[in-house]
Amino acid sequence: MKADRQFPSKELIKSNHLNLDFVSEIEKISGVNINKCYHCKTCAGGCHFYQTTDYPPNSVIRLAQLGLRNEALECSTIWLCVGCHTCSIQCPMGIDMAGFMDGLRQIAIREEVVIAEPDILNFHRDVLHTIKRHGRTHKLEVMLRYKARKWDWFSDLAVGLKMFSKGKLHLMPSKIKAIGEIRKIFAPRPDGVIYE
Amino acid sequence: MNRKASIDLSFFPGCSLDTTATENNLSLNSLFNRIGYNLVELDDWNCCGSSSAHSINSELASDLATRNLSLAPKGRPLVAACPSCLLRLQDAHFHLKKNDEERLRYEERWGRPFDPELKILHFFEILDGIDLLSFAKDRTKRLDGLRFVPYYGCMLAHPPDLTREKEYHGLMEKILASLGATPLSWPHASQCCGTFLSVARPDIVTPLVDRIIQGARDAGTDCIITACAMCHLNLEVRCSLKKTIPTLYFTEVLSLALGSDEHKTWFSRHLVDPKPLLRSKGLIQ
Ligand code: SF4
Ligand code: SF4
Repeated sequence: MKADRQFPSKELIKSNHLNLDFVSEIEKISGVNINKCYHCKTCAGGCHFYQTTDYPPNSVIRLAQLGLRNEALECSTIWLCVGCHTCSIQCPMGIDMAGFMDGLRQIAIREEVVIAEPDILNFHRDVLHTIKRHGRTHKLEVMLRYKARKWDWFSDLAVGLKMFSKGKLHLMPSKIKAIGEIRKIFAPRPDGVIYE
Repeated sequence: MNRKASIDLSFFPGCSLDTTATENNLSLNSLFNRIGYNLVELDDWNCCGSSSAHSINSELASDLATRNLSLAPKGRPLVAACPSCLLRLQDAHFHLKKNDEERLRYEERWGRPFDPELKILHFFEILDGIDLLSFAKDRTKRLDGLRFVPYYGCMLAHPPDLTREKEYHGLMEKILASLGATPLSWPHASQCCGTFLSVARPDIVTPLVDRIIQGARDAGTDCIITACAMCHLNLEVRCSLKKTIPTLYFTEVLSLALGSDEHKTWFSRHLVDPKPLLRSKGLIQ
């Protein structure tokens, strides 16, 4: 159990009054209104990653509601949430947790805050890089880019070789014909933020 | 029943079925041919954006998905097998229907008409309600004696916008039992496999997968049956237990049950060899 989960808490509830509009900012980017959440914690109980994140999902909502912007944007939960929707189908208020986490990640990238799980962000970027090049994901290229970036060639080597020998990692990418249509959607954004 | 000319369906394979999960793709096509459907691959489809696009750039995610919608010929449903691709396509379609601005963007981007009537279905929808036994050679229940645990992972969960989509709880059990197999109950049927965390955080995914595999062993099953290519891959590559258990695709088992003999290349692609099991049950030679 991590210290911040100890109960009862010795600390008062913190909040930050400079960020009172954080909830609406999140709604603007993700379409999710987190003020519907009444902290029943059903989502926390159902999340398969509860043990490994620094906050359970509803606590990230709480951070955002209290205006604790940095705490929310720099937590590991937003990167470890895989958007499986398990919590959303159980949420009595129908809150789109995956959409909420998408929104926070995108604000975190835009504002260049400290990324709690840089490897996960790099993985997403590597996937998008191959889509930009070929129109489809090329798993071998994703793996090689990811490994080269980390300068880590040995972990997972056995898995990689096994997949390769079973024909699961193709040498050549599967490509689309109209690659121009894909390049168009990867064009630089007007706000200059580089997400990929 | 249904021995008429086959019906065309548009088919979105997605990157997994196109590469790592070719056996899923081949067995799905073989199965559908047998039951009178022809899966016509969407011409020049692109990656749906997978988990990565919506995680870090919503607009890009929407564009990647909507391009595929713009390629779908009118008048026939678009079928997907990968649960994650399906959600991306359904979600994009839902938002295009709801939001005029997004529709304008779509038309500008692709210069192709938007079809609000397009049906986007999981292949489960086609199987639901069909008496598959009537397509089996000699109506033999070939799966007799095969014990399995159904593994849905998170494929039955939807975001709130799509809660009206069907969920198909129990579909694999129902259909496989009708062909003679015995479903066993276990606590991990809807447990997430860890998906993409498998690459950056194998330390999280391995214990998760080990619990699932151990759960299957404790249930006393012969195999795990899944319909998701991501689940299949993670169960195969991230298990650290000495004693593991084969994971089969739903479509592979159904094809075998109907007496398909096109399976030469399917099972040798599995990292955990299912052939001894299938031989012992008389499903392959
Ligand atoms: S299940 Fe829904 S309402 Fe309950 S704490 Fe989680 S997000 Fe809030
Ligand atoms: S969507 Fe995210 S927070 Fe919800 S159960 Fe899945 S991983 Fe956990």
